[in-house]
Amino acid sequence: MTGSGFGVGRIRWNWFAAFAALLVLLPLVSETNTPTLLAIWALFALSLGLMWGYAGILSFGHAAYFGLGAYTYAIASFNIGESTVPLLLAVLVPMVFAAIIGAMMFYGRISDVYLGVITLVVTLILNRFMNATAGDAYRIGNARLGGFNGIPAFPILNVPGEPDVQIFGTPYYYVVIACLLGSYLLARLILGSKFGRALVGIRENEARMELLGYNVPALKTAIFAICGGLGGLAGALFANWAEIVTPSVFSLGQSAEVIIWVIVGGLGTLVGPMIGAVLLGMLKIALGMQTSIDNSLVLGAILILVVLLIPSGFAPAFVAWRGRLLQLQAYRRHARRSTRRRLHLKEAE
Amino acid sequence: MDYIAVVLLEILYMIAFLALISAGLAIVFGMMRVINLAHGEFVMLGGYATIASSKAGINIYVAMLLIAPIVVGAVGLLVERLIVRFLYGRMIDTMLATWGLSLLLTGLVTLIFGNTAVSVPAPIPGYQIGRYQMGGYNLFIIAVTALLLLGMWMVLRYTRVGLIARGAMLGADIVSALGHNPRTIYMLTFTVGAALSGLAGGVLAPLTGLLPSSGGAYIAKAFITVITGGASVVAGTLTTAGLFGTVNQVVSFASTPVVGEIAMLALAIVLLRLMPQGVTGRFFRNST
Repeated sequence: MTGSGFGVGRIRWNWFAAFAALLVLLPLVSETNTPTLLAIWALFALSLGLMWGYAGILSFGHAAYFGLGAYTYAIASFNIGESTVPLLLAVLVPMVFAAIIGAMMFYGRISDVYLGVITLVVTLILNRFMNATAGDAYRIGNARLGGFNGIPAFPILNVPGEPDVQIFGTPYYYVVIACLLGSYLLARLILGSKFGRALVGIRENEARMELLGYNVPALKTAIFAICGGLGGLAGALFANWAEIVTPSVFSLGQSAEVIIWVIVGGLGTLVGPMIGAVLLGMLKIALGMQTSIDNSLVLGAILILVVLLIPSGFAPAFVAWRGRLLQLQAYRRHARRSTRRRLHLKEAE
Repeated sequence: MDYIAVVLLEILYMIAFLALISAGLAIVFGMMRVINLAHGEFVMLGGYATIASSKAGINIYVAMLLIAPIVVGAVGLLVERLIVRFLYGRMIDTMLATWGLSLLLTGLVTLIFGNTAVSVPAPIPGYQIGRYQMGGYNLFIIAVTALLLLGMWMVLRYTRVGLIARGAMLGADIVSALGHNPRTIYMLTFTVGAALSGLAGGVLAPLTGLLPSSGGAYIAKAFITVITGGASVVAGTLTTAGLFGTVNQVVSFASTPVVGEIAMLALAIVLLRLMPQGVTGRFFRNST
């Protein structure tokens, strides 16, 4: 894994403020539909990056929580109408689901590949089930699950307390940005706390943490549930953006994509996964507009090359490179100074 | 009576299907502890190789039993040399790289063959059991799988190559000290595993229409069969294929195929939770 405690607990407030200002001012120069989607993807990547990069838990089915969030929001908003409770449920339901799955795995000491298989299979079950829910028999309250066609035309997000004032377009962009920045701060808060440090300890050496008296399964289950909740939030925001949810939110491709964003952006950082999601998301949108090169061909090639050449991802590689550069500059400065000193000595002679 | 015969045949077919698509993955995982997530795409490539060569006028049995394994074996060799060999001992990285490969191959096949289904007719006609019409080709698949598993078991158990392979499985360093190059063994193993995946794809090609994304349908099933099977290649695959195939079909007959598949997947989760080392990590420990 990556170097120890990479940026844990430090928020560079000046960078954060500058970045937030940039995001807030973006609608002045650009349309907001695509940036909204990219921000949602960034949030989804952040939720996996936190769990994988800092606690060392790689889920091959992170789409399960994304999809659960999307479906929960759609079903609840059909039944409740007002969108505040559905949005909360869309975080809570995936969180509880993740807690159950996580507890089952971590108290059973399941890790690595086996964890990968179980998370993958859980997502697959959800996908198969949702695909088969066509017809009137499958309905929850007022919401028909709709099988392959999904759930269209559910009430979208509204101003809390006022069901008639819907949020879309640029205001919705600000809602998503607020969620993204809030989640980032939450992740930083977690990583700066004792809990976060214990998680990094587990990533580095699980047996040692266990022997030091930490309850490893409980800690892992907790972070798994939190990241499931964040993934659910991303899913609910996505449902609001797309205004339809289909079983494809549970697809293998969705799980694969977020893994690729995280690893390309950089494992063991929080900014890396978000940057990876935005850049590869833009690439995906650009590739989607033309037909000559297949999207998955390019994504696959990128993933292979990154794993082979820069296994830690771009952000850590960049930091390491910058570190080397600074070192080099310091060395050069030092060398220049000593040469000058030697010249002075010579002149003095 | 007829109905029972039909159900039994369908169960047998499902078991054979699972064992067939898992054989290649089982060899690679059992011997090298490498999870090849592009396995489904290898199967898919075998299918395309079969259909393309049978459209070119080659006898379909030659195409599926000979050409498909050779083509996919060659692809496997290439993949091992270019990607997998740099990642030995890094399980998660291997999974990620082969996942990338699976996307790459899907994209490549889409580019070459287009995103439309291709198929060949089954070369064996159906037959009747009482009122039920059965696919005759299913029997052929059951026979091929039985022969394949028997062959794998014989090779691993009774030949010198098999002995070295089993040795490498138990302790690669010891085998290396005895003068066998583990790198060569791994390379050959991966190639053989890929060839078997190609064979599976070729044999299954006449049953279903093929799409570039067909690999996704195989990977999850092969994956759970192999991982829950555990380290023993033949015994593990056979046990879990038998278990999953039976559960899948019995539940399917009792309700719907979707519920059957969900029951199979849920069973896999339960088994993995109870036996994280796989079934053969707990039972039949000294089997092959």
